[in-house]
Amino acid sequence: MQMTQKEWKPKIVAFCCNWCSYAGADLAGSSRLSYPAEVKIIRVPCSCRVNPLFILRAFQRGADGVILCGCHPGDCHYSTGNYYARRRMTMLFSMLSFLGIEPKRTRVEWVSAAEGAKFSAVMNDFVKTITDLGENVKLGDLRCKESLK
Amino acid sequence: MQKIGVFVCWCGSNIAATVDVKAVAEAMKSEPNVVFATDYQYMCSEGGQKMIQDAIQEYGLNGVVVCSCSPRMHENTFRKTAERAGLNPYMVEIANIREHCSWIHKDMEVATQKAIQLAKAAVAKVRKNAPLTSGTSPVIKRALVIGGGIAGIQTALDVADAGYDVDIVEKSPTIGGRMAQLDKTFPTLDCAACILTPKMVDAAQSEKIDILAYSEVEKVSGFVGNFTVQIRKKARYVDPLKCTGCGECTEKCPSRKGKNEFNMGLDNRGAIYIPFAQAIPKLAVIDPTQCIKLKTGKCGICQKVCSAGAINYEQKDEIIERQYGAIVVATGFKPISLEKFDEYAYAQSQDVVTSLEFERIMNAAGPTKGQLVRPSDGKHPHEIVFIQCVGSRDTSGCGKPYCSKICCMYTAKHAMLVREKYPDVNVHVFYIDVRTPGKNFDEFYRRAVEQYGVDYIKGMVGKVAPIEDGKLLVQGSDLIANEQVKIEADMVVLAAAIEPDPSARSIATMLTASMDTNDFFTEAHPKLRPVESPTAGIFLSGMAQGPKDIPETVAQAGAAASKVIGLLAKDHLVTNPCVASSDELLCNGCSQCEKVCPYGAISYIEKEVRGPGVREVKRIAQVNPAVCQGCGACTVTCPSGAMDLKGFTNSQIMAEVDALCK
Amino acid sequence: MIKEKAAQLLREGKVARVLGWEAGEFAYDLTPAYFETEEELKNLVYNEYSGANLSKYLIAASKMEGVTLALLKPCDTLSFNQLLNEHRINREKVYVLGVGCKGMKDQNGELLLKCKCCKGKEFKAFDEVIDDEECRNVPESDRFEEVRRIEAMSAEERFAFWRNELSKCIRCNACRNVCPACSCIKCVFDNPKSGVAAKANTDDFEENMFHIIRAYHVAGRCTDCGECSRVCPQGIPLHLLNRKFIKDINELYGEYQAGEDPEARGPLTNYTQGDAEPSVVRERSGE
Repeated sequence: MQMTQKEWKPKIVAFCCNWCSYAGADLAGSSRLSYPAEVKIIRVPCSCRVNPLFILRAFQRGADGVILCGCHPGDCHYSTGNYYARRRMTMLFSMLSFLGIEPKRTRVEWVSAAEGAKFSAVMNDFVKTITDLGENVKLGDLRCKESLK
Repeated sequence: MQKIGVFVCWCGSNIAATVDVKAVAEAMKSEPNVVFATDYQYMCSEGGQKMIQDAIQEYGLNGVVVCSCSPRMHENTFRKTAERAGLNPYMVEIANIREHCSWIHKDMEVATQKAIQLAKAAVAKVRKNAPLTSGTSPVIKRALVIGGGIAGIQTALDVADAGYDVDIVEKSPTIGGRMAQLDKTFPTLDCAACILTPKMVDAAQSEKIDILAYSEVEKVSGFVGNFTVQIRKKARYVDPLKCTGCGECTEKCPSRKGKNEFNMGLDNRGAIYIPFAQAIPKLAVIDPTQCIKLKTGKCGICQKVCSAGAINYEQKDEIIERQYGAIVVATGFKPISLEKFDEYAYAQSQDVVTSLEFERIMNAAGPTKGQLVRPSDGKHPHEIVFIQCVGSRDTSGCGKPYCSKICCMYTAKHAMLVREKYPDVNVHVFYIDVRTPGKNFDEFYRRAVEQYGVDYIKGMVGKVAPIEDGKLLVQGSDLIANEQVKIEADMVVLAAAIEPDPSARSIATMLTASMDTNDFFTEAHPKLRPVESPTAGIFLSGMAQGPKDIPETVAQAGAAASKVIGLLAKDHLVTNPCVASSDELLCNGCSQCEKVCPYGAISYIEKEVRGPGVREVKRIAQVNPAVCQGCGACTVTCPSGAMDLKGFTNSQIMAEVDALCK
Repeated sequence: MIKEKAAQLLREGKVARVLGWEAGEFAYDLTPAYFETEEELKNLVYNEYSGANLSKYLIAASKMEGVTLALLKPCDTLSFNQLLNEHRINREKVYVLGVGCKGMKDQNGELLLKCKCCKGKEFKAFDEVIDDEECRNVPESDRFEEVRRIEAMSAEERFAFWRNELSKCIRCNACRNVCPACSCIKCVFDNPKSGVAAKANTDDFEENMFHIIRAYHVAGRCTDCGECSRVCPQGIPLHLLNRKFIKDINELYGEYQAGEDPEARGPLTNYTQGDAEPSVVRERSGE
């Protein structure tokens, strides 16, 4: 049923706020600091734009890990957005864990526009974590997962 | 029918060396709705942009995806390109295949596959894009400054100097604020009145500045460029057009129980009074809580002695309404109440005074005509103890957690002035740290210690107790000598922490400007936008934003003025079209979104909404697009999904998610 | 007492109708109902089976002509307050007659879930109260006991537990319809434009999605009235999802009872600078 570990590559969605983390990812790029191609970035204006629905949607459609990156608390471009995001994600992640979903599949990291190295390190680490965890079988939609059919 | 064009940029070899750009363009041709896909060496070059423009026109494209560098780099460039070809600029999306792909991957196959997926996600998003247009709103070319201290005066002067009308609303009867109460100013020791009063006069004489003293902001509505403000002009019971400020009435007034606010209550004033000699406007004012005529109907002496016939006991508060393009908050500060600090015997002994009271005692125009005497018996003191950080850097809950910033310097100033005028007086200063960052500040403090022989003791004072002969026993610790210190002092001066003026909170509420837990106004960005409030059109000047000394206040006042001028110089504001908006049919009117909006952009109205099978009057959220900055906090708080963010809609983001997870 | 009071207010024209319960097919099967005349009022029943929380009906009642008298138990007034907080109820259109409660029962005569750990010791909002001392003799117990039990399970056990429970869901929407916090004019799951609309669960995921999002949307607003579990025809312990959120909120952001204060700012529309990081979830799970 499951593909062999060697073939299988995780799908990872990274939501990045426009002002800090997306810029941090740009800096990682211009500094040529690599991280696995499995990470795909979606640009949002602020971490507070990320609706729990988006995260569940990603898992539904076959993501194996979802990470949200925003400005460091206190540095939000919109002053308070990441404070709300922090509470929302804490609550959501806790609920997912309560339902038995591995807490390591979800993560929030604060990455500033100057932290290209951190962005790359975070993504390398997250991909490794998800690869070690293996495929997300608990929170996917059967119809969206080739390997689960 | 959607017609999307995809343009893949080589960026020379920056992208093309790692991503097979032709393969990306080829792959995109088979995507639904994509009618044209191509690649080019430099898409941002004139040739590249022309290629996009031509394709838009030739194929009638209504969506464009550019696979190139970061949107932070060239999104604007390509939006303008589209606009030139007659396409709405917000129908353009960028797939970042350089910073997020070619530059971080080495394997061509891997990078190409990723680039294709990023391009597909951008196509998926652009399919859900809608044309957006920026609105414009007019700018009323008049500014309001709330607070008439040095911060407010300086801001008003600078704004007026640029040719704009500006009103100063000051709640007390005169402008001048705290600085007018000060004696000398550190580190140059020039007298506060000598440098402040000319500015007050300039403000009064400026044709562009209207001083509304003894007035308060009552209500604020509107938004950046277009505020409507109601101002309450409190009754002075004196006709401002007739009063000459001669002061005859103030001398004859039989009521003598009113505490003189200007002298921090160290002496009394009449019920009719002029706050101080250089007050502006120089008009008498009747304190209705003290006036015998207003309280009992008998007296009327001031009316009898006023040769100008200016006294009018029938005067009432008046509400005026004015419109402004910008508002500056310069509400200033006050020393904290020392009620909770029993250990310093402030309430028990008249000879324990705050620094601001001491400032009045040392001032030639003060209650003692500048003679240093003990308030209790008028005798000359020989030992004075200064205690610093009274309520500052205090996490016990009694005081304030922050450093009040000015106390170290004014205490050094007081100590120095005392020693200079009265070399026979011994001066001791208890301190936790002496903080003297600032131009010529540390030199100033060193002078107090080295030249004037002020006794600085590092340590806290545990107790001040009144003892016999009217002396005060100060018990403290000397942390350097590691011993207990006891000083029999004649006077104790407390460097009370400062806090924002209590009027600031209600003003913040009216302005929907945010405050921190200490009631200081918060900045739009703590480093990069220090004089702007997160609420557009609201600017911050002086202590209202945080502790600062006079030079800093004046600098910030000028900075706030320049921001105001920058705003007022525009005839219209172009609004960001990527703002939140609420679907009337779905909105519950639950007010959750309003609570998380950092800009006060959301308000509620009762409105008749109509939809399929629906026609009712209900409470709904309304976003002011001129105020909304597009963070999206409201969209997630909204359980019904009524609130969405243009340019980053729920369906756009979910389309991207779907495309990336395929 | 209650009937007399209600009749008097109807007679005096102070209220246009009374919202209460009437008898159903079985003794335990009381149904919420409006009574508009003294004659109709004879059918009003208030007894140990009046468990239903009537607050949510007041959203609709606020739009009716005249004042509605609502019989609210102490715990119901929390939901009432929360709806006031969200501007869903017009306070002036409601006359709250607080009615005492000794604990409500289910069809088997057992105390309702919400009554086993009663938090309705006092009326948070009322115009008048008909009550007696006895009504305070409701049992106390640890309402988070079951949540703790599940938290203590391994991730696999938790997953199995919830899969077993949620797979029973038939998407009848009873939980949503009864929930006073789930009061959206149109639910996102019914709105085709939202992108998550679904009429039935066709996949495990959709069961998860619906219940996670439903619990998330009421987080910080749920008063823990337990109606969701009471009405679930499949007996899914849905209230545990809400209690998990409440427990997390209490532990991470300070004790908070939705509906306690009609002016309060809910924990998810608030923050402090020192809030816990989301990584706390991973750390606590020990995984």
